[in-house]
Amino acid sequence: MDIQSWTYLIVGLSFALYIGIAFVTRVRSTSGFYVAGHGVPAIFNGMATGADWMSAASYISMAGIISFTGFTGSVYLIGWTGGYVLLALLLAPYLRKFGKYTVPDFVGDRYYSDVARVVAVMCAVFVSFTYVAGQMRGVGVVFSRFLEVDINTGVIIGMVLVFIYATLGGMKGITYTQVAQYVVLIIAYLIPAIAISHVMTGHWIPQIGFGAKVVGGENAGVYLLEAIDQIHRDLGFPEYTGTFIPGHKSMIDMFCVTLALMVGTAGLPHVIIRFYTVKNVHAARWSAFWALLFIGILYTTAPAIATFARVNLIQTLHEKSYEQRPEWYKSWEQTDLIAWVDKNGDGIIQYASGPAFAGKPDFQEKEDGSYVLGAAQQPLLNNKTSDGPNELYVDRDIMVLANPEIAQLPAWVVALVAAGGLAAALSTAAGLLLVISSSMSHDLGKSIIKPNMSEKEELRWARTAAGGAVILAGYFGINPPGFVAQVVAFAFGLAASSFFPVIILGIFSKRTTKEGAISGMLSGIGFTAIYIYYFKFHNPGAGPDQWWFGISPEGIGSLGMVINFVVTMTVTAFTPAPPAEVQEQVENLRYPSA
Amino acid sequence: MNAEQQTESAIEAAKKAYWTANISVVLVLMGIWFLFGCVLSIFAVDALNKIQLGGFPLGFWMAQQGTTIAFIFVTLAYVLIMKRLDMRYLAQCGKKSSEEPTTAA
Repeated sequence: MDIQSWTYLIVGLSFALYIGIAFVTRVRSTSGFYVAGHGVPAIFNGMATGADWMSAASYISMAGIISFTGFTGSVYLIGWTGGYVLLALLLAPYLRKFGKYTVPDFVGDRYYSDVARVVAVMCAVFVSFTYVAGQMRGVGVVFSRFLEVDINTGVIIGMVLVFIYATLGGMKGITYTQVAQYVVLIIAYLIPAIAISHVMTGHWIPQIGFGAKVVGGENAGVYLLEAIDQIHRDLGFPEYTGTFIPGHKSMIDMFCVTLALMVGTAGLPHVIIRFYTVKNVHAARWSAFWALLFIGILYTTAPAIATFARVNLIQTLHEKSYEQRPEWYKSWEQTDLIAWVDKNGDGIIQYASGPAFAGKPDFQEKEDGSYVLGAAQQPLLNNKTSDGPNELYVDRDIMVLANPEIAQLPAWVVALVAAGGLAAALSTAAGLLLVISSSMSHDLGKSIIKPNMSEKEELRWARTAAGGAVILAGYFGINPPGFVAQVVAFAFGLAASSFFPVIILGIFSKRTTKEGAISGMLSGIGFTAIYIYYFKFHNPGAGPDQWWFGISPEGIGSLGMVINFVVTMTVTAFTPAPPAEVQEQVENLRYPSA
Repeated sequence: MNAEQQTESAIEAAKKAYWTANISVVLVLMGIWFLFGCVLSIFAVDALNKIQLGGFPLGFWMAQQGTTIAFIFVTLAYVLIMKRLDMRYLAQCGKKSSEEPTTAA
């Protein structure tokens, strides 16, 4: 069977599984819809959290980014796993003990204020929407490449699927589909990694092969990382394992980005909400551990894949004739994610540091839609050619998806990787949609607009909101506003600067007041959003010289968080202490639990 | 001071001791978190890179593998230590504390 038939088979089976699970776990109560009736076993919640967390960005893009940035790419590995330590130690047990349904619920009750609740709802919806549109887009990319349907059709198929299981099963349906999706995505991620590790280094475990010697080929007997450093030097790239040299981030920026990612992870509502689904505080602690373990399996494999893919990519393409390019190159060329411009007219691909041309590939088309071809039968580009020697454009997002093909693994492995990518994108999208839906129906509808609504009515609100959110997310997936891709990374900065400080202070300081929390959240998220807007959209040409303290927009959430802490504590000092019953509630979080 | 007051103050003391122990556990583990996440992987990476661990420069290995593994163990340690703390203090803190807050539907 060819790749496409395998993909239809495996993706079809996985979709049937998800819908089957959703049907079995459908719910009739709001508690079931919002928090799966607090009945999810810790280990399953760990898996569900893993799938919820690992999005198209973790699965498809992360190894690709590391592959192109080497040591600097470690910020994602450290930041995204370090956030779980914060969650486990500082948030999950206490929030579970507080025992509510959503993050705005906690903020509204702890800060005895509907204003605080509404601010929290706005932050939660804003963060979740920026994140979800990127997921739907990821679904579209996988569909268009592997099932050869239009990207928009892919987005619609994904929408329908999420719509079915999110509105039918709520959190319970989402949880158990996420368990299945974790299994699919981790198997799909590990199989190619193991196979490639064995081929390149003779070790079956990628985490070991990563630090082993290359077997066969021109680099036989050399440590893999030494080989890649040498290749990078030869082609004019900064060394792969090099630290703060030009071409890599500075130390202060790397620290700030890492911190923003850690704290942002701990402040993401769709992750926090998962800890409400378990039975008690113990289970909340255990599920944080399981989640980190399950995530860690992928996160220790990703940097190994990044290195293998980098070496493979360069060895397969550099100084090779375009006419003899491999099959996978041809299929990715169709998606505009890889392109070659023959600067010296020798018909051979030269890969080097620097851009091949300005912007993303824009192929010249004839009137009938076919490409205008050059001397080596390559599609010609409209883009302005750059001065440097580099002739090759490779989009970082193709590294994980193309990896099995580059390493010449069988067709079913390629299909499995596609199914894994869909599992990662869909599971995260569903978790985010539930946050949006519960914010609307529970935190706005039930708590503020119509406090006396019946459970049945609230459930109808929740389903309607989930449906509306799916449609809106799909719309953004089909018509991505130019900023979506960039904004997803900033959801972390926004979460770090809004939720994290007020939740921490709400738990660990009884004295923190509503005035403090509201002004803290608004100043934190306001500062971060303005800084990001200024440097990404208003003045995108500005570099490290203009950044405050050399901190990039990706890392500015760290500073936003500090501002939030300072403002909250200062305002608290000048405002009356919270009512006694709120202080009593906080005190209650500090008792041991059975 | 009658017997009832005495038990009440004993309960208060136990609660305080539990919270103090809890905070110290969290602080120590957060220290390890910072050591791996920021010091070994970022601030001291150049110094560590002078040491080879098989085919890895040590600092690079810390940033891309070691830190994640350390984080998993930090979290596991927290779960196990807190379980012991909870068991030790639960009886001393009286019945009330063992109740889970009920969630309003």
